[in-house]
Amino acid sequence: MEGVLPINQVVSEVEQQEYIINMGPQHPSTHGVLRFLLSLKGEVVQYVQPHCGYIHRGIEKMTEKITYPQIIHLTDRLDYLSAHMNNEAVSLCVENALQIEVPERVKYIRTIMAELSRLASHQLWWAAFGMDLGALTTFFYGLRDREYILDIFEQTTGSRLTQSYNCPGGLMNDIHPDFQKKVKEFIKNFRKVLPEYNQLLTGNVIFHERTKGIGLLSKEDAISFGVTGPSGRGSGFSCDLRKSHPYSAYDKVDFKEILYTEGDTFARYQVRMDEMLESMNIIEQLIDNIPEGDYALKMKAIIKLPEGEYYQRVESARGEFGVHIISDGNKNPYRVKFRSPNFSNLSAIDSMARGFKIADLVAISGSLDLVIPDLDK
Amino acid sequence: MNNEELKQKISAIESDLVFEDKQYLTITVEPEKFKGLALKLRNDKDLSFDYMFNITGVDYGDLLGVCYFITSTQFSHIIELKVKAKSRENAEIETVCDIWKTAEFQEREIYDLLGIKFINHPDLRRIFLEEDWVGYPLRKDYVDEVNIVER
Repeated sequence: MEGVLPINQVVSEVEQQEYIINMGPQHPSTHGVLRFLLSLKGEVVQYVQPHCGYIHRGIEKMTEKITYPQIIHLTDRLDYLSAHMNNEAVSLCVENALQIEVPERVKYIRTIMAELSRLASHQLWWAAFGMDLGALTTFFYGLRDREYILDIFEQTTGSRLTQSYNCPGGLMNDIHPDFQKKVKEFIKNFRKVLPEYNQLLTGNVIFHERTKGIGLLSKEDAISFGVTGPSGRGSGFSCDLRKSHPYSAYDKVDFKEILYTEGDTFARYQVRMDEMLESMNIIEQLIDNIPEGDYALKMKAIIKLPEGEYYQRVESARGEFGVHIISDGNKNPYRVKFRSPNFSNLSAIDSMARGFKIADLVAISGSLDLVIPDLDK
Repeated sequence: MNNEELKQKISAIESDLVFEDKQYLTITVEPEKFKGLALKLRNDKDLSFDYMFNITGVDYGDLLGVCYFITSTQFSHIIELKVKAKSRENAEIETVCDIWKTAEFQEREIYDLLGIKFINHPDLRRIFLEEDWVGYPLRKDYVDEVNIVER
């Protein structure tokens, strides 16, 4: 066998060469159509270059042709797992511009709905994150429990995913008579199930090996890159807008801002696990105290905002969602900008993944909990 | 710091700024002074604007401009910086992605959709649209007979 190199030499040569590899756009662990251009030496990631825009729909351009109540339906299609929070951001922005105050009942229901969708979003993230790392059972557990919340949404809003429930001036319709009973049932059930989640994954040695010390993001980098939400709080960046700039009924409830300082994948995991508990605490404080009253204000048929600029920040399940409306006094906005949390979170992936293995990149992007339609707009 | 104190502090740092009291304190700055001001706002230990939470590119009709929303994680005061590029055809503003890293992607988005060039940006390419896309969709005079239906 002349001319055949010994295996050790082949391996060492392969590890010296630089490979450029496309991960995606159709790849199960990018959770949508996102392409990472990777440079690899052996298994080690040299750099990551995200390529996005595969589902760019031009939502910001579309908003310039439609009215304010119609924008609500487009914001559902940004981050579809935090549709309630996105609706709420636009509604609050329009309400602040018109200087109207919605009834207390609306504030309470908005907060409960936002926390329910945060729970549903974190459940789906937990399900998919486990599956990214090879634990298939988590997917069934997570989706099974998320179904309860989607049923509650369907009963009240008529839709499971793109609810369009909040609108300028209040809510589309009142809550279903069974709403409170079902939410309490769900929480009672989920409090029993959450320890199972922890038994299955949180204490698992293999899971620790795959996540601890992987994908480090310092606090300075998190602030500079604008990594917000649970991903930012895993690096000790105190960015919870529910605490720092309370809106709706968040100033009436008592809850903790979850902060971890390690900045690795496991810290981001733990923030979300603890946030699920906090979300349940918030809902429990509000669910029995929903005040009586109207579910919406009577708004004019055509809403025109006074000329000027308006900005609203809310905490979505993935971080800070912002709406910037520039109005010229017409029934259509002059310019609308959506600040999507995923877009800023994605920008940090290069500095997080460098020097780690390609399999760790899957864990890192999973821990950022990317939703692609949100960053592509 | 409240808006009045911010106004005094910032006008001591840089001259010829236009202040407006809106939802947030809005400061309009000339493009050639913008980078210097941004650096001072970031590094001043009493201001320490370390977190940029939004950048909006706007087509004002005659000119193109960018609004930067910055805040301090330590003091949590917020200001909006407004820069209008000198000309519409060759709109240029200096990049701030070496000060706030989040600006790198956001500026690429604005370049892609509005056609504002950011001087000294390390990797100024289109981010959502294809490289050979003609025109900048978020400009008000953008025409697309196929995808935009006028009613």
